[in-house]
Amino acid sequence: MTFIESLRIALRSLGSNKMRSGLTMLGIVIGVMAVIAMLSIGRGTQAAITSQINSMGTNLLYVRPGSTQSSGVRTAEGSAATLTLEDGEALADLPNVVAVAPQVESFGQVAYLGNNANARVLGVTPEYQDALNANVASGEFISAANVTARSAVAVLGSEIANTLFDSADAVEQTIRLNGQSFRVIGVMEAKGGTGFMNADTQIYVPITTAMSRLSRSGQFRGGNTVSVINVKITDPSMQDSVVQSISDVLRERHHVQFQDDFSIQSQQDILNTANQVTGTLTLFLGGVAAISLIVGGIGIMNIMLVSVTERTREIGLRKAIGARKRDILVQFLTEAMILSLAGGVIGVLFGALVAQIISGVQMGTTTLNTVVDPDSALLAVVFSACVGLFFGSYPANRAASLRPIEALRFE
Amino acid sequence: MSQVIQIQDVRKIYRMGDIEVPALNGVSLQIEQGEMVAITGPSGSGKSTLMNIIGCLDTPTSGSYILDGVDVSKMSDDQQALIRNKKIGFVFQTFNLLPRTPALDQVELPMVYAGAPDRKQRALAALESVGLGDRVHHRPNELSGGQQQRVAIARALVNNPSIILADEPTGNLDSKSGVEIMNIFKSLNRDKGLTVILVTHDPNIATQAQRAIRVRDGMIVNNGA
Repeated sequence: MTFIESLRIALRSLGSNKMRSGLTMLGIVIGVMAVIAMLSIGRGTQAAITSQINSMGTNLLYVRPGSTQSSGVRTAEGSAATLTLEDGEALADLPNVVAVAPQVESFGQVAYLGNNANARVLGVTPEYQDALNANVASGEFISAANVTARSAVAVLGSEIANTLFDSADAVEQTIRLNGQSFRVIGVMEAKGGTGFMNADTQIYVPITTAMSRLSRSGQFRGGNTVSVINVKITDPSMQDSVVQSISDVLRERHHVQFQDDFSIQSQQDILNTANQVTGTLTLFLGGVAAISLIVGGIGIMNIMLVSVTERTREIGLRKAIGARKRDILVQFLTEAMILSLAGGVIGVLFGALVAQIISGVQMGTTTLNTVVDPDSALLAVVFSACVGLFFGSYPANRAASLRPIEALRFE
Repeated sequence: MSQVIQIQDVRKIYRMGDIEVPALNGVSLQIEQGEMVAITGPSGSGKSTLMNIIGCLDTPTSGSYILDGVDVSKMSDDQQALIRNKKIGFVFQTFNLLPRTPALDQVELPMVYAGAPDRKQRALAALESVGLGDRVHHRPNELSGGQQQRVAIARALVNNPSIILADEPTGNLDSKSGVEIMNIFKSLNRDKGLTVILVTHDPNIATQAQRAIRVRDGMIVNNGA
């Protein structure tokens, strides 16, 4: 018996009970739809985070202070106060370095009239703009003169500006930051972002101002140590050589003997970590959805078993006129495969539709972003076919091993 | 004339748990090519068991069965399926047509399993030969009982079998259709030389055969020869 023949026979028997076939297929449709929609959310999140990280510049290195060691006890990375503004200046002269932007980080309470917010406050130099692709939407960024004069000026992230001023113009207004007056000289362009990485909720002040007036912890106050030095390099391919020369310069300057008192992280490292996290998320979402696909498979098995019982006489007749075990097996497996494959394809279409609909939906502060990639669509269809094969094989085997005389006598 | 069926001392014992139920107690039977034979007997006589063995639907517990020169008594399920497909044409009391399937497809089915060529032409010819040339696209629910049984006969004929094995072929038909069906069997036997075996408990049918074999208590009490 050829494949076309078994396909015809299977289609005829499925078509003879359209309602039942449709409902059985629906189980698979819903399962695949859930898988596709969930994977699209995972992939979308991954794409959003990747583009966000890339928007800060793909050729960026972060130099952070290392951990302190007191009596042999190592504290957290970045807790040491070893990097200084002078270190930054020294790095600026290295080959293949485009811009060096040291920064000091703290958190502050910011207020304007009745509105207030808690924001991440970055003390920066003018080079920050170039190094991190940060552009002002209105007004201007921190200038070298601001840094020298330790001016009480601030540039607001777009979301912070919205929170404090609604739609009014923030430039030239005076805000209060940790109880001190700052003049707003600019508002940044919106970069879009989620959670802990959101650049739109930051406030920028001159790095010298941050050191002398804002830092509460005392770690930076009065001193000239920085939390991060952002180094922009000419090309990602130069990364390794630049990392090497930065290390050389810093070891020389810090008189390092055994253990580096700084660490260098590239944008690529961060991207890899983020991809690992979102990859796990995608897998988890897909896995949860796959459970419903398996439930759909059990539906197929259930209906096939009913169908085998109902068609016992038909199976007996087919065997009497010459069907071998294999012919019957193939016939019932084909039916299961048609149900699961057609369900899979329809499910992919519906899943893509659902992904399209939920894309852009606001959930709290983040926007859902969905991407349906052909890989996961193919995977879902293949998986649903396997589900059909697996759950169809038991009923098909049962049909194939019916004895013709008993099957013919069955009422 | 050659013998198409040679059954030698066949026994069939069914096991039901610990109890052994003998259905056939040493049956020997020869049927010649081109004979029209009726097998009769009361229910429980072993008539159906004998038919199942002749039809290669079951294997004997002991004894030998040579069909058309081939020993089929110890064949595997799939080998038997092949024999049924090529050498035996079945006609059942309840017609056993596939539901919702046009007559032409019903008749093509044995050739589908045989992988035979020219299915459509051969199926059409078989339907013509039983007088259903104008009903080839009708489904079973659009056909009368007699017409359905004729589709079943066309299906039985289409692979050019050695024997036609009919189990109470007129049992579900009115007397007029029954006569028509019997006439088809008679003409197949007379004009085409086909071996026809009728299993029945209807004495009227049995008398229309050239030879009536009577089975009782798992043995042949009259082999009609």
